[in-house]
Amino acid sequence: MSSLESRRGGLYARRPDIFPKAVDGFFRRLKWAIMAVTLAIYYATPLLRWNRGPYAPNQAVLVDLTHRRFYFFSIEIWPHEFYYVAGLLVMAGVGLFLITSTVGRAWCGYACPQTVWTDLFLHVERFVEGDRNAQLKLKKAPWSVAKVARKLTKHALWLSIALATGGAWIFYFADAPTLGREFLGGKAAPVAYSTVAILTATTYVLAGWMREQVCNYMCPWPRIQGAMLDERSLIVTYKDWRGEPRSHGIKKAGAFGDCVDCLACVQVCPAGIDIRNGSQLECITCALCIDACDQVMTRLGRPRGLIDYATLEDCQAEAAGKLPVPLLRTILRPRTLIYFSLWAAIGCAMVFALGQRTRLDLSVQQERNPLWTRLSNGDLRNAYTIHVRNMEERPRVVRLAVAGLASAAMWDSLGSEKQAAPALSFTVGPDQVERRRIYVRAPATGAEHYQLTLVAQDQEHTKVTKTVRFERPEEGQ
Amino acid sequence: MAEQNKQSPDREIGTTSHEWDGIQELDTPLPRWWLWIFYATILFAVGYCVAYPAIPLANRATAGVLHWSSHGQLATEQAKAEASRASFRLAVANTPIERIPPHSELMRGAVEGGRAAFKVNCVQCHGTGASGRKGYPNLTDDDWLWGGDIKTIRQTLEHGVRQPGDDQTRMSQMPAFGRDGILNPDQIQDVVSYVRTISHQEHATLSAKRGAALFAANCAACHGANGTGNRQFGAPNLTDAIWLYGGDRDTITQTVTNARYGVMPAWGKKLDKASLNMLAAYVHSLGGGE
Repeated sequence: MSSLESRRGGLYARRPDIFPKAVDGFFRRLKWAIMAVTLAIYYATPLLRWNRGPYAPNQAVLVDLTHRRFYFFSIEIWPHEFYYVAGLLVMAGVGLFLITSTVGRAWCGYACPQTVWTDLFLHVERFVEGDRNAQLKLKKAPWSVAKVARKLTKHALWLSIALATGGAWIFYFADAPTLGREFLGGKAAPVAYSTVAILTATTYVLAGWMREQVCNYMCPWPRIQGAMLDERSLIVTYKDWRGEPRSHGIKKAGAFGDCVDCLACVQVCPAGIDIRNGSQLECITCALCIDACDQVMTRLGRPRGLIDYATLEDCQAEAAGKLPVPLLRTILRPRTLIYFSLWAAIGCAMVFALGQRTRLDLSVQQERNPLWTRLSNGDLRNAYTIHVRNMEERPRVVRLAVAGLASAAMWDSLGSEKQAAPALSFTVGPDQVERRRIYVRAPATGAEHYQLTLVAQDQEHTKVTKTVRFERPEEGQ
Repeated sequence: MAEQNKQSPDREIGTTSHEWDGIQELDTPLPRWWLWIFYATILFAVGYCVAYPAIPLANRATAGVLHWSSHGQLATEQAKAEASRASFRLAVANTPIERIPPHSELMRGAVEGGRAAFKVNCVQCHGTGASGRKGYPNLTDDDWLWGGDIKTIRQTLEHGVRQPGDDQTRMSQMPAFGRDGILNPDQIQDVVSYVRTISHQEHATLSAKRGAALFAANCAACHGANGTGNRQFGAPNLTDAIWLYGGDRDTITQTVTNARYGVMPAWGKKLDKASLNMLAAYVHSLGGGE
């Protein structure tokens, strides 16, 4: 207890208020562009159409949970092909390693939904309540009609954005125009409403209220980045060899470093940290402090880049008066090249596999109880359950044939032994699995293994072959 | 740079005084909202204990104000499933049995329903794979005592075999030739030789030749002049490869001496029409259906 009692700050701390100041510059504009692109992708993707014929949905990107299909433009993924999605996840993971080892937490700073939506919410907040100083003033001001009106406007705007976010999400799981009409008419499935409600709430809370705390307390990535960064990763860095010691006004400059301690970098930081303290867990490398500092340096007539993307190695070299490593060599180093080749190899393998896949599949399960049935003429009969997957968007006539089993004949449970023949033809519906129980009759002695071949009648080259056993009684049975 | 790598002074965060290999652990305070969430989970737990069965008592747990129970949930789900199947069962029950196989949708459902009913009512004798065992017919083969078309199977199911008080029950009465003294043991051996000859298990012998005459006199009435059986009387085909009790000499001797009187319940008394139709469809689909 004594160590707890001796604490200065207490066990729990209130979140310090952060009012990031608006800033303009190269990285701010880059962030605007990335925000526009990512939000456009998110909201517009479900609206894209893709013609797949009369038997499949015409939405370009659709996760059809009811029928267990994933549509992505010309690609359709069945549940048994989920390894493509797993492959995409592996690629995303390796891609994250690649990006992080090259340019630090660029994902966090530019593309992470938490960052994009928080950035949007901050912008809305500044639009309603004014910039940092106005917000600080508003916070101190006593409650008045004007203050309440501003707060209400802000939260209403936030909630509308949150609602649009949650609303767009459900369109990935059903035909967007139909679901949109049903949703507005109150006829959509309850799960649609609850999903929208949950995502509206999480967007509003996470981007409006939680903000950087999501990154600090909830996200594992800031912890993992320590293992991902090395001395040659480009991270947002304050060049202390140039900035220290700090002066507090232009007139003193010269005897001091370039940093005038104007706190511009601290005021624009959405994480509320001081980048001059070095690389920190809280820093998402949004690079807004670079923009802020560059403005000040330009005004002071000093070279830009007191705070800049730099590697630890370059910082040390520059401090010692040496030249930094050229950017290209920083980026193209063994580590990043290995990550890239790994990432590209998985991607190429997946594209190759996609090109090779057959959209017709046969699986055969041997009936195990009983393994065989003796027929009255002394022949034996085996039974199998077959699943024929027609993964194309049209009905197909397929022919199942026995090969390599002398005087064998088969029929299925919908027919009878009178129809027994060496082959069986039937139609499989578009995008469907046809399950049938088939019977194969053969003499009591003969081959132990034989082939079942499945051929799509409209495309003779689409052929699947499965080797199966023909079970016979053991000696004396 | 390294000297700059320290927390800003306004934070005033100490360490936990734990040190490992020169690495110290910062004693950063938890966010206040985290504490409120922790309190909220405690409140949730209390609410849960009030609403749901939670506190174990001597015989059972507290019921909770919502009166939820896993048994109740199961019963609700079962009732729901039952209700969703009701219209289908009605359709199966009201369709004449011979019209079910051509109706592929009805047939598929009936076969699946029959599979479930078979597991409950029939596996005790006929086995889980319906392949039977000694004395209990294999339902997957193409040999039928009373007939293997779906209507006949349905009839056998409904009225059973040798059920007293049911005038449509399957009744076959093979005399106990040995026990009742109709044939003496030597004659029985001759008949057995003959039967094993016509089923291609033995080559013709003198005994079989004597047996042929005895067979014509005693057995042909039911089993037919060629021994191919007669479904009208439930007399099995003696020339094929399938034996209900066994085709070896000892077993056939037993059968001829004492006769066999297998029984099957009349399921019409226990099951509803839908289940009977489903079972018939399932048995018919097992491979031997005619």
